[in-house]
Amino acid sequence: MYKIGMIGSAADVLCFLPLGYSVLEAEGAESAATVLKNAVKSGEYAILFITEELAVLIEDEIARYKDLALPAITVIPGRAGSKGTGLAKIKRAVERAVGADILK
Amino acid sequence: MAEIRVNPTRMELKKLQTRYQTARRGHKLLKDKRDELMRRFLDVVRRDKELRLRVEQALQRAYSSFALASAVSHPHMLEEALMLPRRAGELSVGYRNRMSVTVPDFSWQEGAAVGDSYNYGLAFTSGELDGALLELGALRDDLLSLAQMEKEAELLAEEIERTRRRVNALEHIMMPRYLAAIRTIKIKLEENERGNITRLMKVKDMMLEAQYREKHPFFSDDEQ
Repeated sequence: MYKIGMIGSAADVLCFLPLGYSVLEAEGAESAATVLKNAVKSGEYAILFITEELAVLIEDEIARYKDLALPAITVIPGRAGSKGTGLAKIKRAVERAVGADILK
Repeated sequence: MAEIRVNPTRMELKKLQTRYQTARRGHKLLKDKRDELMRRFLDVVRRDKELRLRVEQALQRAYSSFALASAVSHPHMLEEALMLPRRAGELSVGYRNRMSVTVPDFSWQEGAAVGDSYNYGLAFTSGELDGALLELGALRDDLLSLAQMEKEAELLAEEIERTRRRVNALEHIMMPRYLAAIRTIKIKLEENERGNITRLMKVKDMMLEAQYREKHPFFSDDEQ
């Protein structure tokens, strides 16, 4: 049995706590990278949601786990609204597979 | 292009021809696999994109309700209200095999229900908070599908890239090399064959000459 993790600043992810998600608070690139690394290493999480604000700071760290079957790291918008980071991730996968971005 | 160095024998020719046939069959199979992977990948990506747009909009709505809820309650009260999960749930992960790519399949199991209400008192919290949490709770299945589809898309993309490299390697490197080696051996063998025939003809000539000389002992070289 696995858990679902929510990585983000306290203000962004606290609202997910009553719903049964595990909230992993992080502020800034360094702490986000450490939290993500520890969460992946623990093997407890099958899904890790990370807010866009943090995801843009640690793109390389996220890309390291993209070929693993677990965990699924998914970018969700924070309270500031969507900046299209999640869609950019899909576009990168399309570019990788097809060789060009055909989603436009 | 680096050529395959082999002995020009019929044995090697046979071996190379078999390997070329295998490579050709593999190339066709991998090409079919790539096409099918691509079809499924594009299907997943299209659905994923739609779902993402929907989820992002719904999240925005939930966040605004939550902002409203936090505006009308004290931050400490809000934090306290959110500390305890309503019900512990667990995520079970199954695996599906899609064209030899193992993709995870998530399903959420609700734990034993503590009750329908959230774990906070109603005296100090606002109705807006209930509404915001309901909206977020309703998004769970969509969030799970989103995570699953994005993972599937990433894994399929990796497999497509690998398969494409294999197809290209077979098409542009392995198969031409085999063909070149086969051609070299064939040319060498034909050359040997011609050399043999010429040698035999020469030997035959020499034997005939020797026989002729035996029959005509006074035959001089000038008469040739």
